Amino acid sequence: MAVAKFDVPELKEYPIIPKLQKDAMAHSAPYVAKEEFQTKLGYPGELIDNWKEVAIEKMGELTNKYRSLSVYLDSCVKCGACTDKCHYYLGTTDPKNMPVARQDLFRKVYRRYYTLAGKIVPKLVGAEDLTEEVLDDWYTYFHQCSQCRRCSVYCPYGIDTAEISMAAREIMDTVGKGQKYCNEIIGKAQVLGNNLGLPEPALIDTLEGLEEDIEDETGVQVKMPLDVKGADVLLITPSADFFAEPHIDGLIGYAKVFHEAGISWTMSSYASEAANFGMFIGSYENMQKLALRIRQAALDLGVKRIVFGECGHAWRVAYSFLNTLAGPFDFLDQNYPVPQHICEVTHGLIQDGTIKLDKSGNDHMTLTYHDSCNVARASRMGDTPGGQFTIPRDIIRASCNNFYDMPEHSIKEGTYCCGGGGGLLTDDLIELRVKGAMPRMQALKQVTEQNGVTHMAAICAICKSQFSKIFPYYDFQMDQIVSVHQLVSNAIVLTGQTDGESDEENSDNDDSKDAEQAA
Amino acid sequence: MSILFAILFYAATAILVFGLAYRIRKYIKTPAPLKIPTTPAPTTTSGVAFRMFKEITIFESLFKSNKWIWLFGWLFHFGLFLVLLRHLRYFTDPVWWWVALIQPFGKYASIAMLVGLGGLLLRRIVVDRVRYISAPSDYLMLLLIIGIGATGVLMTFVTHTDIVTLKSYLLGLMVFDIRTMPTDIVLVIHLSLVILLMAIFPISKLLHAPGVFFSPTRNQVDNPREKRHISAWAIKLESSK
Repeated sequence: MAVAKFDVPELKEYPIIPKLQKDAMAHSAPYVAKEEFQTKLGYPGELIDNWKEVAIEKMGELTNKYRSLSVYLDSCVKCGACTDKCHYYLGTTDPKNMPVARQDLFRKVYRRYYTLAGKIVPKLVGAEDLTEEVLDDWYTYFHQCSQCRRCSVYCPYGIDTAEISMAAREIMDTVGKGQKYCNEIIGKAQVLGNNLGLPEPALIDTLEGLEEDIEDETGVQVKMPLDVKGADVLLITPSADFFAEPHIDGLIGYAKVFHEAGISWTMSSYASEAANFGMFIGSYENMQKLALRIRQAALDLGVKRIVFGECGHAWRVAYSFLNTLAGPFDFLDQNYPVPQHICEVTHGLIQDGTIKLDKSGNDHMTLTYHDSCNVARASRMGDTPGGQFTIPRDIIRASCNNFYDMPEHSIKEGTYCCGGGGGLLTDDLIELRVKGAMPRMQALKQVTEQNGVTHMAAICAICKSQFSKIFPYYDFQMDQIVSVHQLVSNAIVLTGQTDGESDEENSDNDDSKDAEQAA
Repeated sequence: MSILFAILFYAATAILVFGLAYRIRKYIKTPAPLKIPTTPAPTTTSGVAFRMFKEITIFESLFKSNKWIWLFGWLFHFGLFLVLLRHLRYFTDPVWWWVALIQPFGKYASIAMLVGLGGLLLRRIVVDRVRYISAPSDYLMLLLIIGIGATGVLMTFVTHTDIVTLKSYLLGLMVFDIRTMPTDIVLVIHLSLVILLMAIFPISKLLHAPGVFFSPTRNQVDNPREKRHISAWAIKLESSK
């Protein structure tokens, strides 16, 4: 299907709150999952006949399983604090992309069937029957939420739209109306170990190629080990790191860090994916299946530590949920947090002087840093709250001479989603992705003009794929997005290095489609 | 009239108490299977208590979000808080010393409360985004509380009710002794609206008051790596495999 033409939002000097334009994005919905992708995950192949009854029953079940859902459906007072906080609202001006309005698509049905007032006086309290139109609205607008939790920061009750959009997606899956992009990928990852469906030989091939590249460039034999039993560290990284740009430069960075620090490490072909799309569809069971592969790989390889590569939602699942889903990890070395983020590892090694960085390796760039939503608002790094903001910035500052932050409202806990998170990184949603990126593009443009920023670093596979795809719409170049460990890679001083020149790797391969699969 | 209002008062109180208890019981019983605090979040229980304290006293998140809503919302809630404390004087004999102390503040707090409510209502009508998300009940709820506040202010500053008789009536209600209630119209309206508010509390968005304490994004400790967090249904799910 050809994507219809659309207008790219204009970047203003400063952020403004747009006027509402009803149904501005009513036409945007992703492809519905075919039968094969649905049944693999245990969902009906197509919309079932009694979908309405099943959906209403599932809604009741979920409000009894998740306190968040139960409390959030009751608590909203419609104060309006969240209405201008969603990047999709700011970029599309569609009122149903205001967090509260998105929640209300769900809440009005909940009120109709599960509250006294909604049963007696539905009109008065904005309760509505579940109809086919409402279901279509759900499908449209719960796939215009990237579950980035920016609204939850600003809500006086901490209402998290992500919780509601996850529940809505789970209900839609249960009645047979799942989203193709997410469900196809989850199926692949559950069978083959990664979102791309890369088999082991392909992985070996790629990693050997990378080892050769590094040796050609530096003269040092840096290993990219796979399935090495007895290694200390198991690295779990998004499969986009194996081939997409700029992800792959980040992977090279991790390898150089481990090499220089003398840490024995390995990747796993069985669990060759950090991403966990089970979270996006709100499915505890599917999320757990993927998490358990990581536990299994750690047991099989007999490692002592688990470290995660640069991936936003993966780090949320790893940091916040892994212990719950696949723990306890008492068989690992308890002197290290389980799991650890690669940035925590690198940061520690920089601090204690184990690795040395030559900042001039990145002198051809002036950098800024994009806080990825799941890292910023749904996880932590290090020992103190906010470590997820300081640790990556410390690494960047240690790796380069030129760094500027974007405006305060657009970074740290207020960071804007890249526009492609939450299972929306697919071509059938390209208009949404471009428009949703507007607030970030605006902030980036500001530091580009004021501070001469040339590149933006990120620690999320989805962010990297999304930006390399949508940058050209806003007159940026696709290679202006870089991995944080790419900067480390450019700056790290390897023992025995023959050639100090580390030119910017350039690759013209447009693997963005594949990157989206793997992110 | 005295008997009618006594019955309504008892009924409304019962609905309020049992209705709220029922909702709160549901919130307690429903598990939070995953750690979802909005980070950066406190890493200790006392840190969480402090975060929550700031949320309910100075509306920290709302302050970050929107200064106008914060200003009106805080004026209203803080005003209401003082007004409610001041009203304790009608239920205690002798009046507790600190209630007597805040009496003058409580009187003027009612005006702050009305200003806040007026601001919130104005925003609901004027700001297109807030208008879009408002149901009829959202306006009516504001009007209801404005009605209570306005009649209260009238009685405080303009047309006083027979406060001695009223207090005697209220003290009587507390010991199930129904005495005579003053019947001036402003008081009757005031009390009717209060009774209505109490009755709809457990089935309306006023549930945000208990709800905020149960919000996992605000009340969870950020320690998932240190301590395994698991819900009862998740354990069952695991053992069924």
